[in-house]
Amino acid sequence: MMESRLDGNVVGGILGAVFPFEMTSARATCAGCGFTDPIGGFAAYVHGMGTVVRCPSCDTAVIRLAHVRGRYWMDMRGTRILRIGEGQE
Amino acid sequence: MEGTTLHGRLTWQLGEVVETRTETARARSLTLAVPGWLGHRPGQHVDVRLTADDGYQAERSYSIASPPEERGKVTITVERLDDGEVSPYLVDELKPGDRLELRGPIGGYFVWEAPMGGPLLLVGGGSGIVPLMAMIRHRRAVASIVPTRLLYSARSQEEVIYRDELDQLTRRDGMLEVIYTLTRRQPPGWTGYRRRIDGELLRDVAWPPRDRPRAYICGPTQFVETAASALVSLGFDPAQVKTERFGPTGGG
Repeated sequence: MMESRLDGNVVGGILGAVFPFEMTSARATCAGCGFTDPIGGFAAYVHGMGTVVRCPSCDTAVIRLAHVRGRYWMDMRGTRILRIGEGQE
Repeated sequence: MEGTTLHGRLTWQLGEVVETRTETARARSLTLAVPGWLGHRPGQHVDVRLTADDGYQAERSYSIASPPEERGKVTITVERLDDGEVSPYLVDELKPGDRLELRGPIGGYFVWEAPMGGPLLLVGGGSGIVPLMAMIRHRRAVASIVPTRLLYSARSQEEVIYRDELDQLTRRDGMLEVIYTLTRRQPPGWTGYRRRIDGELLRDVAWPPRDRPRAYICGPTQFVETAASALVSLGFDPAQVKTERFGPTGGG
Protein backbone atom coordinates (compact mmCIF):
# COMPACT_ATOMS: atom_id res chain seq x y z
CA MET A 1 0.00 0.00 0.00
CA MET A 2 1.27 3.43 -0.85
CA GLU A 3 2.18 5.40 2.19
CA SER A 4 1.52 9.06 2.02
CA ARG A 5 3.05 11.84 4.00
CA LEU A 6 0.53 13.90 5.92
CA ASP A 7 0.95 16.54 8.61
CA GLY A 8 0.98 16.10 12.35
CA ASN A 9 -2.51 17.64 12.30
CA VAL A 10 -3.87 14.21 11.49
CA VAL A 11 -2.89 12.79 14.90
CA GLY A 12 -4.67 15.61 16.76
CA GLY A 13 -7.74 13.42 17.27
CA ILE A 14 -6.02 10.40 18.76
CA LEU A 15 -3.58 12.49 20.84
CA GLY A 16 -6.54 14.57 22.00
CA ALA A 17 -8.26 11.40 23.17
CA VAL A 18 -5.25 10.64 25.40
CA PHE A 19 -4.11 14.09 26.57
CA PRO A 20 -6.51 16.77 27.87
CA PHE A 21 -4.88 19.42 25.67
CA GLU A 22 -4.96 20.57 22.08
CA MET A 23 -1.93 18.60 20.95
CA THR A 24 -1.17 19.76 17.39
CA SER A 25 0.17 23.01 18.85
CA ALA A 26 2.21 21.26 21.56
CA ARG A 27 5.91 21.64 20.70
CA ALA A 28 8.01 18.52 20.36
CA THR A 29 11.79 18.32 20.29
CA CYS A 30 13.23 15.53 18.17
CA ALA A 31 15.56 13.24 20.12
CA GLY A 32 17.54 12.67 16.93
CA CYS A 33 18.50 16.20 15.89
CA GLY A 34 16.92 18.67 18.30
CA PHE A 35 14.47 20.07 15.74
CA THR A 36 11.59 21.73 17.62
CA ASP A 37 8.19 22.62 16.21
CA PRO A 38 4.48 22.24 16.94
CA ILE A 39 3.40 18.64 16.30
CA GLY A 40 1.14 19.94 13.52
CA GLY A 41 4.31 20.85 11.60
CA PHE A 42 5.82 17.37 11.82
CA ALA A 43 5.27 14.71 9.16
CA ALA A 44 2.80 11.91 9.79
CA TYR A 45 2.42 8.55 8.08
CA VAL A 46 -0.88 6.77 8.61
CA HIS A 47 -1.00 2.98 8.31
CA GLY A 48 -3.81 0.58 8.98
CA MET A 49 -1.97 -0.45 12.14
CA GLY A 50 -1.27 2.99 13.50
CA THR A 51 0.45 6.27 12.88
CA VAL A 52 4.06 7.38 12.93
CA VAL A 53 4.98 11.02 13.48
CA ARG A 54 8.39 11.79 12.01
CA CYS A 55 10.81 14.68 12.28
CA PRO A 56 10.63 16.72 9.04
CA SER A 57 14.31 17.51 9.41
CA CYS A 58 16.01 14.15 10.12
CA ASP A 59 13.17 11.60 9.74
CA THR A 60 13.45 10.20 13.28
CA ALA A 61 10.18 8.58 14.42
CA VAL A 62 9.27 10.91 17.28
CA ILE A 63 5.92 9.30 18.15
CA ARG A 64 4.46 5.95 17.14
CA LEU A 65 0.90 5.37 18.20
CA ALA A 66 -1.82 2.82 17.77
CA HIS A 67 -5.27 2.24 19.20
CA VAL A 68 -6.03 -1.45 19.47
CA ARG A 69 -9.08 -2.91 21.19
CA GLY A 70 -9.56 -0.05 23.62
CA ARG A 71 -5.87 0.48 24.45
CA TYR A 72 -3.62 3.28 23.30
CA TRP A 73 -0.01 2.34 22.59
CA MET A 74 2.55 5.10 22.35
CA ASP A 75 6.27 4.79 21.74
CA MET A 76 7.82 8.20 22.32
CA ARG A 77 11.50 7.46 22.57
CA GLY A 78 12.12 9.73 19.59
CA THR A 79 10.76 12.72 21.53
CA ARG A 80 13.23 14.44 23.81
CA ILE A 81 10.85 17.13 25.10
CA LEU A 82 7.13 17.66 24.72
CA ARG A 83 6.04 21.15 25.72
CA ILE A 84 2.33 21.41 26.29
CA GLY A 85 0.64 24.52 27.53
CA GLU A 86 -1.10 27.79 27.20
CA GLY A 87 -0.51 30.47 24.64
CA GLN A 88 0.82 28.09 22.04
CA GLU A 89 1.16 29.32 18.52
CA MET B 1 -10.60 30.89 24.09
CA GLU B 2 -7.40 31.91 22.36
CA GLY B 3 -4.34 31.21 24.46
CA THR B 4 -5.72 28.33 26.43
CA THR B 5 -5.48 24.85 25.11
CA LEU B 6 -6.79 22.73 27.97
CA HIS B 7 -10.01 21.23 26.69
CA GLY B 8 -10.47 17.93 28.44
CA ARG B 9 -9.90 14.75 26.52
CA LEU B 10 -11.70 14.40 23.22
CA THR B 11 -14.50 11.88 23.17
CA TRP B 12 -16.83 10.61 20.48
CA GLN B 13 -20.08 12.55 20.25
CA LEU B 14 -23.23 11.99 18.22
CA GLY B 15 -24.24 14.65 15.75
CA GLU B 16 -27.53 14.73 13.86
CA VAL B 17 -27.59 15.67 10.20
CA VAL B 18 -29.84 18.72 9.91
CA GLU B 19 -29.02 19.81 6.37
CA THR B 20 -27.25 18.50 3.30
CA ARG B 21 -26.19 20.48 0.28
CA THR B 22 -24.85 19.24 -3.02
CA GLU B 23 -21.77 21.30 -3.87
CA THR B 24 -20.48 19.56 -7.01
CA ALA B 25 -21.04 16.20 -8.71
CA ARG B 26 -18.66 14.64 -6.19
CA ALA B 27 -18.87 16.85 -3.10
CA ARG B 28 -21.59 17.35 -0.55
CA SER B 29 -21.83 19.44 2.59
CA LEU B 30 -23.35 17.96 5.73
CA THR B 31 -24.46 20.19 8.58
CA LEU B 32 -24.58 18.44 11.93
CA ALA B 33 -26.23 19.65 15.10
CA VAL B 34 -24.05 18.51 17.98
CA PRO B 35 -25.51 18.90 21.48
CA GLY B 36 -23.00 20.54 23.79
CA TRP B 37 -20.65 21.51 20.95
CA LEU B 38 -18.22 23.99 22.49
CA GLY B 39 -17.33 25.72 19.25
CA HIS B 40 -14.31 25.50 17.02
CA ARG B 41 -11.64 27.64 15.38
CA PRO B 42 -11.40 28.23 11.61
CA GLY B 43 -9.12 25.59 10.07
CA GLN B 44 -9.86 22.82 12.57
CA HIS B 45 -11.14 19.39 11.63
CA VAL B 46 -13.19 16.57 13.10
CA ASP B 47 -12.71 12.82 13.03
CA VAL B 48 -15.74 10.88 11.81
CA ARG B 49 -16.25 7.22 12.74
CA LEU B 50 -18.51 4.74 11.00
CA THR B 51 -19.31 1.36 12.56
CA ALA B 52 -20.51 -1.54 10.40
CA ASP B 53 -23.03 -4.11 11.65
CA ASP B 54 -20.21 -6.54 12.38
CA GLY B 55 -18.39 -3.98 14.54
CA TYR B 56 -15.78 -2.99 11.95
CA GLN B 57 -14.92 0.67 12.36
CA ALA B 58 -13.41 3.20 9.98
CA GLU B 59 -12.27 6.69 10.96
CA ARG B 60 -11.51 9.65 8.72
CA SER B 61 -10.64 13.29 9.27
CA TYR B 62 -12.71 16.04 7.63
CA SER B 63 -12.13 19.76 7.78
CA ILE B 64 -14.85 21.97 9.16
CA ALA B 65 -16.24 24.34 6.53
CA SER B 66 -18.49 26.46 8.75
CA PRO B 67 -17.32 29.45 10.78
CA PRO B 68 -17.31 29.35 14.59
CA GLU B 69 -19.99 32.03 14.54
CA GLU B 70 -22.60 29.39 13.54
CA ARG B 71 -22.98 28.08 17.05
CA GLY B 72 -23.98 24.56 17.99
CA LYS B 73 -23.52 23.32 14.42
CA VAL B 74 -20.69 21.98 12.34
CA THR B 75 -20.63 21.71 8.57
CA ILE B 76 -18.19 19.42 6.82
CA THR B 77 -17.77 19.14 3.05
CA VAL B 78 -16.88 15.68 1.83
CA GLU B 79 -15.61 14.69 -1.61
CA ARG B 80 -16.41 11.19 -2.81
CA LEU B 81 -13.48 8.90 -3.47
CA ASP B 82 -14.96 6.05 -5.47
CA ASP B 83 -12.92 3.35 -3.77
CA GLY B 84 -13.25 4.95 -0.33
CA GLU B 85 -14.76 3.21 2.67
CA VAL B 86 -16.34 6.25 4.24
CA SER B 87 -16.80 9.09 1.75
CA PRO B 88 -19.31 7.34 -0.60
CA TYR B 89 -21.61 6.80 2.37
CA LEU B 90 -21.29 10.40 3.54
CA VAL B 91 -21.77 11.86 0.05
CA ASP B 92 -24.48 9.54 -1.32
CA GLU B 93 -26.34 7.86 1.53
CA LEU B 94 -26.53 9.96 4.67
CA LYS B 95 -29.74 12.00 4.98
CA PRO B 96 -31.24 14.54 7.36
CA GLY B 97 -32.21 12.93 10.65
CA ASP B 98 -29.37 10.38 10.48
CA ARG B 99 -26.77 10.46 13.20
CA LEU B 100 -23.03 10.35 12.90
CA GLU B 101 -20.23 9.81 15.43
CA LEU B 102 -17.64 12.55 15.52
CA ARG B 103 -14.72 13.67 17.64
CA GLY B 104 -13.42 17.21 17.77
CA PRO B 105 -12.74 19.97 17.19
CA ILE B 106 -9.12 19.04 16.46
CA GLY B 107 -6.07 21.15 15.74
CA GLY B 108 -4.57 24.43 16.83
CA TYR B 109 -1.80 24.62 14.28
CA PHE B 110 -3.63 25.09 10.99
CA VAL B 111 -5.87 27.82 12.38
CA TRP B 112 -6.47 31.43 11.41
CA GLU B 113 -8.55 33.89 13.40
CA ALA B 114 -9.10 37.52 12.44
CA PRO B 115 -6.99 39.02 15.29
CA MET B 116 -3.96 37.16 13.88
CA GLY B 117 -4.08 39.60 10.95
CA GLY B 118 -2.47 39.31 7.55
CA PRO B 119 -2.17 39.86 4.73
CA LEU B 120 -3.50 36.38 4.23
CA LEU B 121 -2.66 34.02 1.39
CA LEU B 122 -4.83 30.92 1.15
CA VAL B 123 -3.81 28.23 -1.32
CA GLY B 124 -6.22 25.35 -1.87
CA GLY B 125 -6.10 22.34 -4.16
CA GLY B 126 -9.37 20.50 -4.83
CA SER B 127 -11.24 19.81 -1.60
CA GLY B 128 -8.33 21.47 0.22
CA ILE B 129 -10.54 24.56 -0.08
CA VAL B 130 -12.68 23.38 2.85
CA PRO B 131 -10.71 24.61 5.91
CA LEU B 132 -9.78 27.77 3.97
CA MET B 133 -13.50 28.41 3.44
CA ALA B 134 -14.02 28.26 7.21
CA MET B 135 -11.40 31.04 7.49
CA ILE B 136 -13.05 33.10 4.73
CA ARG B 137 -16.52 32.67 6.29
CA HIS B 138 -15.16 33.59 9.71
CA ARG B 139 -13.44 36.66 8.25
CA ARG B 140 -16.76 37.80 6.82
CA ALA B 141 -18.76 36.94 9.96
CA VAL B 142 -16.59 39.25 12.06
CA ALA B 143 -16.40 41.90 9.29
CA SER B 144 -12.61 41.63 9.16
CA ILE B 145 -10.83 43.72 6.55
CA VAL B 146 -7.60 41.70 6.54
CA PRO B 147 -6.44 41.68 2.90
CA THR B 148 -6.96 38.15 1.67
CA ARG B 149 -6.13 36.28 -1.51
CA LEU B 150 -7.35 32.79 -2.24
CA LEU B 151 -5.56 30.81 -4.93
CA TYR B 152 -7.79 27.87 -5.75
CA SER B 153 -6.64 25.06 -8.03
CA ALA B 154 -9.35 22.81 -9.42
CA ARG B 155 -9.51 20.48 -12.39
CA SER B 156 -12.47 22.28 -13.97
CA GLN B 157 -15.00 24.97 -13.16
CA GLU B 158 -17.61 22.29 -12.42
CA GLU B 159 -15.37 20.95 -9.67
CA VAL B 160 -14.98 24.30 -7.91
CA ILE B 161 -16.67 23.97 -4.52
CA TYR B 162 -18.49 27.07 -3.12
CA ARG B 163 -18.18 28.90 -6.45
CA ASP B 164 -21.37 30.98 -6.14
CA GLU B 165 -20.61 31.96 -2.57
CA LEU B 166 -17.05 32.96 -3.45
CA ASP B 167 -18.35 35.04 -6.39
CA GLN B 168 -20.78 36.85 -4.12
CA LEU B 169 -18.18 37.47 -1.45
CA THR B 170 -15.64 38.96 -3.85
CA ARG B 171 -18.28 41.24 -5.39
CA ARG B 172 -19.06 42.74 -2.01
CA ASP B 173 -15.60 42.78 -0.46
CA GLY B 174 -12.77 44.69 -2.09
CA MET B 175 -10.22 43.19 0.28
CA LEU B 176 -10.91 39.62 -0.83
CA GLU B 177 -9.60 38.29 -4.13
CA VAL B 178 -10.09 34.83 -5.56
CA ILE B 179 -7.75 33.57 -8.26
CA TYR B 180 -8.51 30.27 -9.96
CA THR B 181 -6.34 27.93 -11.88
CA LEU B 182 -8.27 25.29 -13.83
CA THR B 183 -5.83 22.55 -14.61
CA ARG B 184 -7.70 20.10 -16.82
CA ARG B 185 -10.62 21.79 -18.54
CA GLN B 186 -11.48 25.46 -18.94
CA PRO B 187 -14.77 27.08 -19.96
CA PRO B 188 -14.89 28.88 -23.34
CA GLY B 189 -13.17 32.25 -23.20
CA TRP B 190 -11.25 31.43 -20.01
CA THR B 191 -8.43 33.91 -19.54
CA GLY B 192 -7.23 32.73 -16.12
CA TYR B 193 -4.51 30.30 -15.19
CA ARG B 194 -4.71 26.79 -16.59
CA ARG B 195 -1.73 25.00 -15.13
CA ARG B 196 -0.72 23.33 -11.93
CA ILE B 197 0.64 25.59 -9.25
CA ASP B 198 4.33 26.41 -9.63
CA GLY B 199 6.79 29.00 -8.37
CA GLU B 200 6.05 31.51 -11.12
CA LEU B 201 2.32 31.34 -10.60
CA LEU B 202 2.76 31.83 -6.87
CA ARG B 203 5.04 34.81 -7.44
CA ASP B 204 2.28 36.44 -9.55
CA VAL B 205 -0.34 35.87 -6.89
CA ALA B 206 1.41 35.98 -3.50
CA TRP B 207 1.80 39.05 -1.33
CA PRO B 208 5.34 40.41 -1.26
CA PRO B 209 7.32 38.81 1.58
CA ARG B 210 8.11 42.27 3.01
CA ASP B 211 4.41 42.56 3.95
CA ARG B 212 4.97 39.61 6.30
CA PRO B 213 2.08 37.55 4.95
CA ARG B 214 0.60 34.49 6.59
CA ALA B 215 0.02 31.53 4.28
CA TYR B 216 -2.21 28.49 4.66
CA ILE B 217 -1.94 25.69 2.12
CA CYS B 218 -4.25 22.69 1.98
CA GLY B 219 -4.51 19.98 -0.64
CA PRO B 220 -3.00 16.70 -1.77
CA THR B 221 0.50 16.00 -0.49
CA GLN B 222 2.37 16.86 -3.70
CA PHE B 223 0.40 20.07 -4.20
CA VAL B 224 1.20 21.21 -0.67
CA GLU B 225 4.90 20.39 -0.96
CA THR B 226 5.19 22.34 -4.22
CA ALA B 227 3.34 25.37 -2.91
CA ALA B 228 5.08 25.46 0.48
CA SER B 229 8.60 25.19 -0.90
CA ALA B 230 7.84 27.78 -3.60
CA LEU B 231 6.60 30.28 -1.00
CA VAL B 232 9.65 29.76 1.19
CA SER B 233 11.89 30.26 -1.89
CA LEU B 234 10.07 33.52 -2.58
CA GLY B 235 11.03 34.69 0.90
CA PHE B 236 8.03 33.78 3.05
CA ASP B 237 8.85 33.12 6.70
CA PRO B 238 8.65 29.30 7.01
CA ALA B 239 7.00 29.66 10.42
CA GLN B 240 4.14 31.55 8.75
CA VAL B 241 3.55 28.96 6.04
CA LYS B 242 1.11 26.49 7.56
CA THR B 243 0.22 23.32 5.71
CA GLU B 244 -2.37 20.60 5.82
CA ARG B 245 -1.83 17.67 3.53
CA PHE B 246 -4.45 15.07 2.87
CA GLY B 247 -3.83 11.70 1.34
CA PRO B 248 -5.71 8.53 0.55
CA THR B 249 -5.84 7.56 4.21
CA GLY B 250 -7.01 10.93 5.41
CA GLY B 251 -9.85 11.42 2.99
CA GLY B 252 -11.30 8.07 1.86
